[in-house]
Amino acid sequence: MIGLEISHVSYSYGSSKALDDVSFSVKAGRFCALLGPNGAGKSTLFALLTRLLVTGEGRISVAGFDIARDPRAALARIGVVFQQPTLDLDMTVRRNLNYFAGLHGLSGRPAAAAIEAALTQLGMAERADERVRALNGGHRRRMEIARALIHGPEILLLDEPTVGLDAASRQAITDHVHLLAESGLAVLWATHLVDEIRPDDQAVVLHRGKILSNGSADGLPGGQGLAKAFLTMTGEKREVPA
Amino acid sequence: MKPWLVALAAIVTRENLRFVRQRGRFLAALVRPLVWLVVFAAGFRAVLGVSIIPPYQTYITYEVYILPGLCGMIQLFNGMQSSLSLVYDHEMGSMRLLLTSPLPRWWLLFSKLLAGVVVSILQVAVFLAIAAMSGITMPPVGYVAVVPALLASGLMLGALGLLISSTVRQLENFAGVMNFVIFPMFFLSSALYPLWKMAESSSLLRDICALNPFTYAVELIRFALYGELNLTALVWVSASFVLFMLAALWGYDPARAMLRSKG
Repeated sequence: MIGLEISHVSYSYGSSKALDDVSFSVKAGRFCALLGPNGAGKSTLFALLTRLLVTGEGRISVAGFDIARDPRAALARIGVVFQQPTLDLDMTVRRNLNYFAGLHGLSGRPAAAAIEAALTQLGMAERADERVRALNGGHRRRMEIARALIHGPEILLLDEPTVGLDAASRQAITDHVHLLAESGLAVLWATHLVDEIRPDDQAVVLHRGKILSNGSADGLPGGQGLAKAFLTMTGEKREVPA
Repeated sequence: MKPWLVALAAIVTRENLRFVRQRGRFLAALVRPLVWLVVFAAGFRAVLGVSIIPPYQTYITYEVYILPGLCGMIQLFNGMQSSLSLVYDHEMGSMRLLLTSPLPRWWLLFSKLLAGVVVSILQVAVFLAIAAMSGITMPPVGYVAVVPALLASGLMLGALGLLISSTVRQLENFAGVMNFVIFPMFFLSSALYPLWKMAESSSLLRDICALNPFTYAVELIRFALYGELNLTALVWVSASFVLFMLAALWGYDPARAMLRSKG
């Protein structure tokens, strides 16, 4: 079953091409890591997937809905965790989640139930009435993931969700999201950190707007060697050998 | 229709909670017009004679004359401040969150706008209450009739702010906008002096004031405070609102890449 399908998508900022003929798909129940150094085009791709940007080149289909033709149906099936925090720090966790539920047209008892379920899933239920400002970075991120699940999306997009977190929080969040994928969500996880990927994950390597490889993380040409090569590349910002 | 109203309620609630939490902003919004009312008006009362012009039936004091203008000023500042929060939201990402809601984008932006207007009406209500306590009162019907007028003027000024926020991408640029939008709009209007008074010194300035949509926002509020409808003002305010809103929606069209700066 197809979750997310991206075919022949290109996007330019003026004369510089941010994405060049990008195609790949993420099936429901799969964890797909979108690997790329800074400036590879990950954020542009996320902006296209969430319709903050639109392009005339290529097609994006979310759970079978074309985002250009049926943007509202597509957006209703996407949960997003943005790279920058998008929480109101002086409000409680529950208020933040209520606001989001409202944006998706959920209110009253169904909203409360969905919020409770999402918080429980992420192990955050007992913190629902704390102010966000009182939470640490890892818990804030977990809360944002919980928020992205409230409206029952089929696709979960996360744009470098572990940036700025300590090792334990990173590990916890990576594990949580893998579980979400196992429960049937199609997960697209943008990162430049290879250690967040498991061998049986799907890994798409994006560099300078082009897809360099797409396949099972352990089946990539060069196996773990590529992972190391990629790490070197992201560290030194050199071009990856094709 | 229900999801639309739910989203509207969520956005209005959030905006009001944020406003109440920001005590400094609340106080500034109140102190600013009160300073004008107490200090400025006291000083100018002796200088400016305001003759009988509609909607006034009798000679009025200067405080009474500038009261509607100060209501407009509250809304002007609020409209610009809401757009400041939009520029901030751009940077903080919560605008992204808002725009990924599956509801139509125009509705989301309109809801955001309306939320700001509700905040501004609360500010005006508190201001009018303080003015009434210090003896500057309006006919009772005025306090009711002014609400729809404030809604219209607030929407117009909010749409202007929205339009500005769609073109300004950095907070730094915004200070300039404040100087180039708020001050000219306020001073080149009928908020502080009637247009005929302006004409005595310069007919060009009078003509500029007569083209300023803020003049009509103030006049709409002024007449409403006496339970009267200024139709010309309503037409100007409504037309300006539609114009600003359409331009703002154009500015937020995803095909025009609102997040151009983000790679």
